Amino acid sequence: MDSAVIGNGISIVAALAAATVITRFLPFLLFPAGKKIPRYMEYLGKTLPYATIGLLVVYCLKDVRISGAAHGLPELIAVTAIVVLHWRKGNSLLSIGVGTVLYMVLVQRIFV
Amino acid sequence: MEKKATLALRYAFPKTIPVMVGYVFLGMAYGILMRVNGFGILWTLAGSLLVYAGSLQYVGVTLLASAANPVYAFMMGLMINARHLFYGVSMLGKYRDIKKFKAYLIFALTDETFSVVCNEKVPRGLDEGWVYLWISALNQCYWVLGSVAGSLVGSMIRFNTKGLDFALTALFVVIFTDQWKNQNDHKPALAGVAASVACVIVFGADSFIVPAMVLILAILSVRYQRSVKRGVKDIG
Repeated sequence: MDSAVIGNGISIVAALAAATVITRFLPFLLFPAGKKIPRYMEYLGKTLPYATIGLLVVYCLKDVRISGAAHGLPELIAVTAIVVLHWRKGNSLLSIGVGTVLYMVLVQRIFV
Repeated sequence: MEKKATLALRYAFPKTIPVMVGYVFLGMAYGILMRVNGFGILWTLAGSLLVYAGSLQYVGVTLLASAANPVYAFMMGLMINARHLFYGVSMLGKYRDIKKFKAYLIFALTDETFSVVCNEKVPRGLDEGWVYLWISALNQCYWVLGSVAGSLVGSMIRFNTKGLDFALTALFVVIFTDQWKNQNDHKPALAGVAASVACVIVFGADSFIVPAMVLILAILSVRYQRSVKRGVKDIG
């Protein structure tokens, strides 16, 4: 690796670290512990966690294509199994473990 | 002091196990990817310790390999990580009165750590600061160890790991289900899913996040305005 590549690489890592720190710290800098949080922000603080987990679920599944070879069935089956199991038993590790193994079997053995 | 830390660790560790599975695996994949592109263990360590943002680190591999412009990398980082703004806003209340390790807790607020701590109701008798610290620090340890392992021995793995990364999807689905069960008002959760799906369809899978965030904010703001007009005191 020559020094120009190393130098540019270090700049890239620093840039990515800075971007991440900014997005993570900004809300806390805008509303520090001493300052009163406006009611609107308080409302967002209460409702955003629910909307954001919804966004994350979609984020994980965003590359699933209904028109693809498996038609999104492995994901549909595994997610349904997780929801049903978790609704009944409420044991996070069990739901995640069973869901993941089921998904692995589906993509490795059934929908290959 | 020490007892507080031990009790908190005992409570926090089981909560991080699903993240451990996902992080060790995805961290390894990151280390392997870096190695394949000519970036060895020091680069991988720097990424997992200092950047510590999974999807951005994956994009970072491409940026490093193509010797991209750091300014472009910075803009890319802001866009991909914009969702972290939501985590901060969601955690303002919970992390408000925490004195110890607060800077680290904010630094380490990844998707997965957020999903565990945002739902966390620390039982009485346990020290909140320590519980959050353990959850955050354990998760980063898994990520760092996974990526180092990937960098060192990744090419030796033989068993079929296809689909193992679904553990993180499963984690989010479980948290979504938990939140649904424990909340009477399902509209914020539905707004999150509906807005995201709509934006995936309209803007495509690679650039849906920012529009989805704007749409979610718009929907929640309209609800807020309405409830203010009705004079409702307790919303959310």
